[in-house]
Amino acid sequence: MIEIKDLHKSYKMGSNSLHVLKGINFSVEEGELVAIMGSSGSGKSTLLNILGMLDVLDEGSYTLDGVPIKDLNETKAAQYRNKFLGFVFQSFNLINYKSAMENVALPLYYQKVGRKERQEKALKYLEQVGLREWADHLPSELSGGQKQRVAIARAMAAEPKVLLADEPTGALDSTTSYEVMDLIQKINDAGNTILIVTHEPDIADMCKRIVHLKDGVIVEDKKITQVRASQYV
Amino acid sequence: MRFLFDSNTWQEIFGSIGKNRTRTIITVIGVLWGILIYIVLSGAAKGLDNGFEKQFQNVAMNSMFTWAQSTSMPYKGFKTGRQLQLKLNDGVMLKNRIPEIQYIAPRNVKGIFGGSPAQIIRSGKSGSYAVYGDYPISTKIATKKIYDGGRFVNDEDIDGARKVCVIGERTQKDLFENDENPIGGYIRIDNVFFQVVGVHKFTPGGGFESDSDIYIPFTTFKKLYNTGENVGWFAIAAYDDADVIKVEENVKAVLKSIHNVNPKDERAIGSFNLGEIFNRIVGFAKGLTFMSLVVGIATILAGVIGIGNILLISVKERTKELGVRRALGATPKEVRSLIILESVFLTMLAGVMGIILGAGVLSLINKFTQGMDFPYANPTVPIPYVLGALALMVVLGTLIGLIPAQRAVSIKPIDALREE
Repeated sequence: MIEIKDLHKSYKMGSNSLHVLKGINFSVEEGELVAIMGSSGSGKSTLLNILGMLDVLDEGSYTLDGVPIKDLNETKAAQYRNKFLGFVFQSFNLINYKSAMENVALPLYYQKVGRKERQEKALKYLEQVGLREWADHLPSELSGGQKQRVAIARAMAAEPKVLLADEPTGALDSTTSYEVMDLIQKINDAGNTILIVTHEPDIADMCKRIVHLKDGVIVEDKKITQVRASQYV
Repeated sequence: MRFLFDSNTWQEIFGSIGKNRTRTIITVIGVLWGILIYIVLSGAAKGLDNGFEKQFQNVAMNSMFTWAQSTSMPYKGFKTGRQLQLKLNDGVMLKNRIPEIQYIAPRNVKGIFGGSPAQIIRSGKSGSYAVYGDYPISTKIATKKIYDGGRFVNDEDIDGARKVCVIGERTQKDLFENDENPIGGYIRIDNVFFQVVGVHKFTPGGGFESDSDIYIPFTTFKKLYNTGENVGWFAIAAYDDADVIKVEENVKAVLKSIHNVNPKDERAIGSFNLGEIFNRIVGFAKGLTFMSLVVGIATILAGVIGIGNILLISVKERTKELGVRRALGATPKEVRSLIILESVFLTMLAGVMGIILGAGVLSLINKFTQGMDFPYANPTVPIPYVLGALALMVVLGTLIGLIPAQRAVSIKPIDALREE
């Protein structure tokens, strides 16, 4: 599903250049649940941003579902993001003046899906995250865990190839974190490919594979036995 | 273009406008104020213009008046300071010599330029009013509105030197009872009985005429006051395409040659030219219209710049939202269109509201000035002006929207998402 070869990325800061990713080779199969771990500054967020086409790579190649991702202009990147990827952010990033349902329907709007179908689909995904009766509430009326579940529903609504989650539990207490992880595991069980950036070991243990980044290179890449989040809920 | 007619687009725009109410209202007020001022100013200018026109509608625009004064230069053995007197025959000569003259009306008056007004008596009631000696042609130069059932002096009155008169509204009020029909009634003018044949409606329009004036046939006036061939002044109307200022010069030159006056004598013949005055007033009204246009457009511009300003702030506020939208698959074009359409929509909304409000204010002003002695009538804004203003607003709204729109897409989505 994802194939990365010899990926380099550096940031220019004035006259200095900061080499963040120094040759990453990495691939993800369909249906995997991967945790990307690393201390801050290890380059894990940069890697996720490149995977999410929010940032461009300097060297190397990136293939997503057989499509080489290169020479993207903003318009093309936006279309690919819309088609291939679902995002879940640490700070939820829901649009505060739109109701839960409207938030979930937003990626479908950019897919040019009609209004009625958009609403039906949005309600279906809200149902999946257990928030159907909260469809008309604004994000400010939801708890942190509920917000993240709405964000996950939004990411899923576009039916992406890959779900990218950047510290999805970073702003949540542990009970809520496990609820969210339970949801993510269930989505993964249904066959969706998910990448999670996290620095919490217990969250990483709930994935099927852990990739450790340190100073811009992968130092460890292992498959693990998944800890089910449902036992903590 | 399809984007414009997509109901989804409009839902997004209504969503973002409707959910940011305070911002929307403040933005709208800026432009609304601009267009309101524009509409009210240009409507008021048009109203003044109409008002002036109304005041002058009874008088031929290219008309003039000329009268005799006393000479200020010696000429052909005549000494200076000689009092001149216009004669009936002068009118005939003027008409023959100056082809631009369409109508020429000799007039006389008692009680305006020196001399006491005539004593008018009717069954115990009496008053002093100015009496004019007129030809029917007078009405071609300055229209006299005569109330129903009456008429002005006609040719038979002139030929027979009939003792008939046209009285004014106030004369009627002074001499007749409210329910009395004055037509056919008799009044005494300086002890001679005259039959009333008409009542004229007074229209204010400058000059020395008033609502109490009495008009009698010129020939009757001649007999009554023993004025012989004397003429008080000539009212002259030139053809529409003639230059009345030139006609005025020619008239004076001819009169000077008839009366043996030095051609260089500026004081011997007096004259007054309505065309010139009228042009000045028209110029004033035009200037006013132009000024209101400039002020109005400047105010609209200020309002639209205000919209741009507020949208710029709003884009800054919404950086994160726009970043999320782009992460979810909004193309730069879609984001840009969203902001520009918001700008144009707000401008148009404000514009239409401003136009409606402006029309309301204009009709209020109209109501209050009605019946006042103020040259103001039917204030309207021509449709092309309104459409032009709307078009201007769309263009300006788009242009000003470009700035925040460009700013919105110039931030990378990743930076936008990082923004707290």
